[in-house]
Amino acid sequence: MIVRVVLPQHLRTLAQVNGELKLEIEGGATQRSVLDALEARYPMLRGTIRDQVTQQRRAFVRVFACEQDLSNESPDAPLPDAVATGAEPLLVVGAMAGG
Amino acid sequence: MSRVRVLIGTRKGAFVATSDGKRERWDVSGPYFGGWEIYHVKGSPADPNRLYASQSSSWFGQVIQRSNDGGTTWEPTGNKFLYDGPTGTHLWYDGTPHPWAFARVWHLEPSPVDPDIVYAGVEDAALFRSNDGGQTWHELPGLRTHESAGSWQPGAGGMCLHTIVLDPARPGRIFIAISAAGVFRSDDDAKTWRPMNRGLRSEQIPNPTAEVGHCVHRIAMHRSRPGVLFMQKHWDVMRSDDAGESWREVSGNLPSDFGFPIDVHAHEPETIYVVPIKSDSEHYPPDGKLRVYRSRTGGNEWEALTRGLPQRDCYVNVLRDAMAVDALDPCGVYFGTSGGQVYVSPDAGDNWAPIVQHLPAVVAVEVQTLP
Repeated sequence: MIVRVVLPQHLRTLAQVNGELKLEIEGGATQRSVLDALEARYPMLRGTIRDQVTQQRRAFVRVFACEQDLSNESPDAPLPDAVATGAEPLLVVGAMAGG
Repeated sequence: MSRVRVLIGTRKGAFVATSDGKRERWDVSGPYFGGWEIYHVKGSPADPNRLYASQSSSWFGQVIQRSNDGGTTWEPTGNKFLYDGPTGTHLWYDGTPHPWAFARVWHLEPSPVDPDIVYAGVEDAALFRSNDGGQTWHELPGLRTHESAGSWQPGAGGMCLHTIVLDPARPGRIFIAISAAGVFRSDDDAKTWRPMNRGLRSEQIPNPTAEVGHCVHRIAMHRSRPGVLFMQKHWDVMRSDDAGESWREVSGNLPSDFGFPIDVHAHEPETIYVVPIKSDSEHYPPDGKLRVYRSRTGGNEWEALTRGLPQRDCYVNVLRDAMAVDALDPCGVYFGTSGGQVYVSPDAGDNWAPIVQHLPAVVAVEVQTLP
């Protein structure tokens, strides 16, 4: 399946990409499978969204989709159907922080 | 004619300034990595076109960037900084044990002979090395596992390894400094380490003359005399004539001996520079006057260098990695401020002029002398 991903501007710059990404996902679409595919294609993003060892999400990074905050969902929980079918993108967002 | 390239790290990106040997007219490029904190940018002495930059942010963590063309283009390299083995604990601000946790790279020190070898000083304090141009990093764990490490405490800026000095005459000898543990020296290529803090006195710790626990801000060496070290401590300017085995105070007539950077003239090993700051809570120059102080006697006797620097209403700070010297004759001296100015003196400190005046707060300044 193809999942659409929107990265924050700083990570688009780091990965040297413009606009939305389309990632081929093997198996079910979960946060983990999408981030695995993202980091495999763009290795420079390793460590910028989640810890390279614990895979814990960085504190100031959030994950949204379908107007829901999925940040604290299990990384292995299925993503909403609209994301899995490509109807809606998965949004990786830099949290509002710093005033 | 020789040229100089100034590598500037700021709170919101990196900048590169270039000039010919006159150092009067400057071209400034950047920001590179806009929006990210650039704690340090440094070039390889073995290949001046090879640059390394430490890029980090509270949102997205640590990235290391590398340039192979003197800063025109950059590529992200490896950013996996894993402590080697059990991390143990150091002391937290409240005195409780706190597990070691990587936060960022403060300082990058390329090898003088191999552009692919580079050391990284990190927070929480540890020393890493890359042998492949920054693609992979491995910790040199002898320092972090030193018997005193459990008693190390962070300074106000975090428990950072901020200074790495490689002895040019004695391969395998490395000096590092940690806030707030102090200076350590290895003579066996970072396998084992000894604290080098005898003679330091810090009233802010329970035992002012303790072997470790001192908030050393910066150490500097002239490559022709690697046994002589100069130190800007939290308070006190110090000097060692025995490769760190002992230190004596050389603050002399400075208006304040608090400060962050210290550096040595490129051709005169007894000529040193500091920027006095009023106090540890008032991080600005005394009397609102931005003055570099120069000693031509290796300390104790200091003269204020003011020509071209603001002498009223100036309340900026100059951080520990934000001063550098070039190798031209006369020697150029450079520093950057928390107000976003980068100043140059093309005549060893007698006269100063801004290279650029409105950058984000400057964290680091390095300079390369190019053919």
